[in-house]
Amino acid sequence: MADNKLKTVILDNSGIRRALTRISHEILEKNKGLSDLVLIGIQSGGAHLALEITNSIEIIEGERVPVGSVDITLYRDDFKSQTPHKSVGKTDISFSLEGKRVVLVDDVLFTGRTIRAAMDALMDHGRPKVIQLAVLIDRGHRELPIRADFVGRNVPTSIKENVEVIFSDKQQPLEVVLEK
Amino acid sequence: MAEFKHKDIIALRDLSKEEIELLISTAENMREVNSRDIKKVPTLRGKTIINLFYEASTRTRTSFEIAGKRLSADTVNITPSSSSATKGETLADTALNLLAMKPDIIVMRHAVSGSHYFLSKKVSCSIINAGDGAHEHPSQGLLDMLTMKDRFGRLDGLKVAIVGDITHSRVARSDIQGLTKMGSSVYLAGPPTMMPPGAERLGNVTVCGSMKEAIQDADVVMMLRIQQERQGKTLMPNTREYSRYFGLNPQNIKLAKPGALVMHPGPINRGVEMSSFVVDGDQSHILKQVENGVAVRMAMLYHVCGGEMAE
Repeated sequence: MADNKLKTVILDNSGIRRALTRISHEILEKNKGLSDLVLIGIQSGGAHLALEITNSIEIIEGERVPVGSVDITLYRDDFKSQTPHKSVGKTDISFSLEGKRVVLVDDVLFTGRTIRAAMDALMDHGRPKVIQLAVLIDRGHRELPIRADFVGRNVPTSIKENVEVIFSDKQQPLEVVLEK
Repeated sequence: MAEFKHKDIIALRDLSKEEIELLISTAENMREVNSRDIKKVPTLRGKTIINLFYEASTRTRTSFEIAGKRLSADTVNITPSSSSATKGETLADTALNLLAMKPDIIVMRHAVSGSHYFLSKKVSCSIINAGDGAHEHPSQGLLDMLTMKDRFGRLDGLKVAIVGDITHSRVARSDIQGLTKMGSSVYLAGPPTMMPPGAERLGNVTVCGSMKEAIQDADVVMMLRIQQERQGKTLMPNTREYSRYFGLNPQNIKLAKPGALVMHPGPINRGVEMSSFVVDGDQSHILKQVENGVAVRMAMLYHVCGGEMAE
């Protein structure tokens, strides 16, 4: 990729840890515990973060919540501009979402179009009681009426900038960088 | 990650190893759609797919139709008995008339090898080959490879025996093209009257003198259908003799590796290519092939719609 871009680390590893721990506490508080709670991460960054939050909830409550992942490729709204078509990722939801309290997890919230697609995908797996949204970074510039319930860090950005969560080979979040 | 830039899928010979890998990996992930209660995604909403089948087919046509519907495309089936082909219209005229109705994809099966290349020059929409004469049957080749990859986790280094009427088999040609690109070794066996000259030049292919030689230590045994409708009566004395020398039964299957996959593109002539014990046995993955067929065809429809010349 273009390496001549200016990159700034806006959240380091311990910052990410603290944000995810706080989000885990907020999820438990808002949902009054673990009852009927499930986590679904959006491929690929959100899926890794959903696992991190699940681990963190397990440390707090001593119990593991069901966690799955959703790939939104087949639900995108921009197929006309996407040529050639992207490869389809893995959706792995091995439990019913019927009547569940679903927390959808993504790494960066931007236009909201990914979240719209993910919600459509979830609806095809059953009718959740409620869907909440947890994101590590909210960078603004929404194009749809969508907001997050749990936010790690609000980062005001220009539309031309790019925010990326960097993961290690073992899918652990390392840092968040802003590219200008 | 490889990109798929073709408008048409006519033969696996035309695709690179990376493009075949992409189609197989997309198909693997398409299976999730087929396993849920609501078996539909909105991906190809508003696209029209015409299934134009000049030859009889139940499995392939139904599979393509279901694949299109699961991706929310509108699918229309045209079969020769109800089409104007019986009234003397040429393929080119039929195609141009269909094109006037603005389809996005035509899925065609035709008895003439290479007819899809001809059609592809005449029409602007995507063409998918659902079998042309004795040339290729790419969706079958892909679903065979997916079924093998499910079992072994790889295709590289597998020994695959293909037994039967190689000359008339478009399935064999697509399997050979795909498997040799993916690094498998292919061993062919069949009566000399059903073995095309120069078969060993198709790639990493060994032509064996007997069925025993081909299936010895094989990871996969692929049995082909005896195509009595194509070959007339001259190629073999009778089906009983064929079955004795080139049929798979509980005895000779022991020559293959323990747990080897047994496959067949269908429809099966029970007791000819395979004994019923083998068809219904533990090693038989024939129904798994059919299941994978829908996912593979979804992947093909999905990727040709994103091809460079689509739109």
